[in-house]
Amino acid sequence: MSIGIERIRKSFGSFVALQDINLQLPSGELTALLGPSGSGKTTLLRIIAGLEQADSGLIRFNDEDISQRHVAERGVGFVFQHYALFKHMTVFENVAYGLTVKPKKYRPANAEIAKKVHNLLELVQLGWTADRYPAQLSGGQRQRIALARALAVEPKVLLLDEPFGALDAKVRAELRRWLRRLHDEIHVTSVFVTHDQEEALEVADRIVVMNKGRIEQQGTPEHVYDNPANPFVYEFLGNVNLFHARVKQGQSQIGNIALASPEYNNQDEQQGLAYVRPHEIDVFSAPQADAIKVKLDLITIVGPVVRLEALDESTGQLIHIELPKEQFKTLQLQQADTAWLLPRYSKVFLGEGI
Amino acid sequence: MSAWRSKSVLPGFTISLGSSLFFIGLVILLPLTGLVIQVAELSWQDYWAIISDPRVVASYKVTASAALVASIFNLFFGLLMAWILTRYRFPGRVLLDGLMDLPFALPTAVAGLTLAALFATQGWFGQYLALWDIKVSYTWLGIVVAMVFTSVPFVVRTVQPVLEEFGPEYEEASATLGASPWQTFWHVIFPEIKPALLMGTALSFTRSLGEFGAVIFIAGNIPWQTEVTSLMIFIRLQEFDYAAAAAIASVVLLVSLILLFVINGIQQRYQHISGALK
Repeated sequence: MSIGIERIRKSFGSFVALQDINLQLPSGELTALLGPSGSGKTTLLRIIAGLEQADSGLIRFNDEDISQRHVAERGVGFVFQHYALFKHMTVFENVAYGLTVKPKKYRPANAEIAKKVHNLLELVQLGWTADRYPAQLSGGQRQRIALARALAVEPKVLLLDEPFGALDAKVRAELRRWLRRLHDEIHVTSVFVTHDQEEALEVADRIVVMNKGRIEQQGTPEHVYDNPANPFVYEFLGNVNLFHARVKQGQSQIGNIALASPEYNNQDEQQGLAYVRPHEIDVFSAPQADAIKVKLDLITIVGPVVRLEALDESTGQLIHIELPKEQFKTLQLQQADTAWLLPRYSKVFLGEGI
Repeated sequence: MSAWRSKSVLPGFTISLGSSLFFIGLVILLPLTGLVIQVAELSWQDYWAIISDPRVVASYKVTASAALVASIFNLFFGLLMAWILTRYRFPGRVLLDGLMDLPFALPTAVAGLTLAALFATQGWFGQYLALWDIKVSYTWLGIVVAMVFTSVPFVVRTVQPVLEEFGPEYEEASATLGASPWQTFWHVIFPEIKPALLMGTALSFTRSLGEFGAVIFIAGNIPWQTEVTSLMIFIRLQEFDYAAAAAIASVVLLVSLILLFVINGIQQRYQHISGALK
C-alpha cells in the first residue's frame, strides 16, 4: 500500500509543526523520517496514523483519500516509543487484543486467534513469553511484542515512532538489524521516525530528512549521504569540519589547498563554505606543501578508530579527524605534537557564514 | 534489627517509627480504648439490648442504605468528574478542580443547612422537584444528597492521579488496533483505575456511614424514618447515657474497620499481582 502525503500543514497554536509537506512513499518500502527534535517528523507520522488531524492537506493510501477516516478504521499498525503494552494483560492477550475487539461477524474463532498469536510470537522470536506480563520482559522484548501486536491486525501500513529510542545502545543496534530482516520478510509499507542518523542510514530503504516542519531532502540512504542537498543535511548526517573556501572554475581552495569541485565548473570566483568529514582528512607527521599546520590537542582511541582534535593555531579553529588505529600508529604522534593536515575531499556550499 | 538499619540509606528509622507509633497511640488508639472501656461497663445482655433496640436498628437501615446509594452514585459521578478534570482542557477547569475539595473544607453543618434550604419545598431546587412530587429535604433522599455532597471528593481524589498518570498512548494504541472508544474504556482504562475507584467508593461509603453534621440538618430526624446512627449516638449522649452511646458507636466503628480492612486486602492483592511484576 503506497502512502501519498499532499500539502499537509499543521500548527499547534503559534508553533508551525509542518508546512506544506508533499511526499510519496512507494508500496513495500521501509522509510525513515529523520530529523532533530521539533522537526515535525513525529507529527507527520501521527497524521498518517490518524492520531492527529492536519490543518489542511490530504493523506492517501493507494490513491484513496483517507484523511477523514478515524484512526480505528485506517488499518495502520502503530508502535510507540514506550511500547504502550497493556500492563494488566498477558503478552498473549496484548497481541490478541486487536483481534478480540473486532465486531462479532469479523472476529476469528478463538482457536484461530490463538494460532495467529502464536505464529506472530514465533515471528518476533518470543513464543515462550505468551503467558508472561509485559513488566516481566526487557525493553527490547517489549518492543518486539508491541510490534507483534501491531502486526496482528494485518495493517496495510506499519508506523513506528522512535521504536528504539528507549533502549540501550547494544539492544538498539541488534533490534534495528532484526527489524530490517523482518521487513524483508513481510514487506509491509513501513515508516519509522528517528533522530539517529546512523539508525536511519542502516535500516531504511529511503530516508526523508526533515527540519523545522519542512522536508530538506529525500532519497536512498547512500544517495543522501553522498550528495547532501544543503548544509543542514550535511551536518545532520554526521560530524563535520567547516572551512572557508574560495570557489572558482571547478576548484575550491581551502587556504592554499586546491580540491576539485566539478559541480562548480562554470562558477566565477565566489566565497563558500567547505564541509569536510573527519575521516576525509589525511594526517602527516612531517611538513607537507600547503598543508594545515596543527597541534594535536586530544587523542582518543575508541576501539579500532582514533579520534583527534587538532588546533590550527593560526586561526584558532578546532579540527576533528578520524583515522584507523593502525594508520595512526605508523605516524608515531603523541599528544601536543605538531602535525600537518590535508583534506582529501570536500563538499562546498556557496555563500558566506552559516 | 541493626543489620537492616545499617543497610537503609534513609536516616532516622527508629525515631520516625517511634514518634509515628506514639502519635497513633495518642490520637487513635487512646480514644478507641476509652470507647472500649465505656462499652466494657455494660453486660452482654445490656449491650445487645442497646444495639438491637428497634429504633437503633431502623437507624442502621437508614444509614446503610443511604450510604450505599450515595457511594454508588459517587462511583459514577466521581469517576466522571475525575475523567473531565484529567482528559479535557476547558476554561474554568482549575476552578472546578479546586471546588472538588470544597466538601472537605466546608464545615459539614454549613453544607447541611445550605442543602436543606436549597431542597426545601420552597427552595431553589425543591420547588421544581415538588412539581414532580419529589421531596428531598427532611426525607431519606435528603440524607443521600448530604452524603453524596460530603463524600464525593474521596472518589475524585483517588481516581484522578491514576488517570493523570495513565498516558494517552494506551488509548491511542487501543484505537490503532481498531477498538471502539467504549472497548478502549472497558478493556484498557477501566482495569487500570479499578483499584483506585474501588478504594475511593469504599472510603466514600465509610465516610457516609459516620456523617453527622451535614445529615442532621437535612434529614428532619423523624424517629424510625430519617434518623441516622450517628444521631442516635448524639441522642444517647444528650441523655448522659455514655455507655449506650459508646455501644452504638462501637457498632459503627466495627463495621467501618471491617470494611477498611477488606478494601486494604483487595488493594494489596491487586498490588501483589501487578506490583510484583513491575
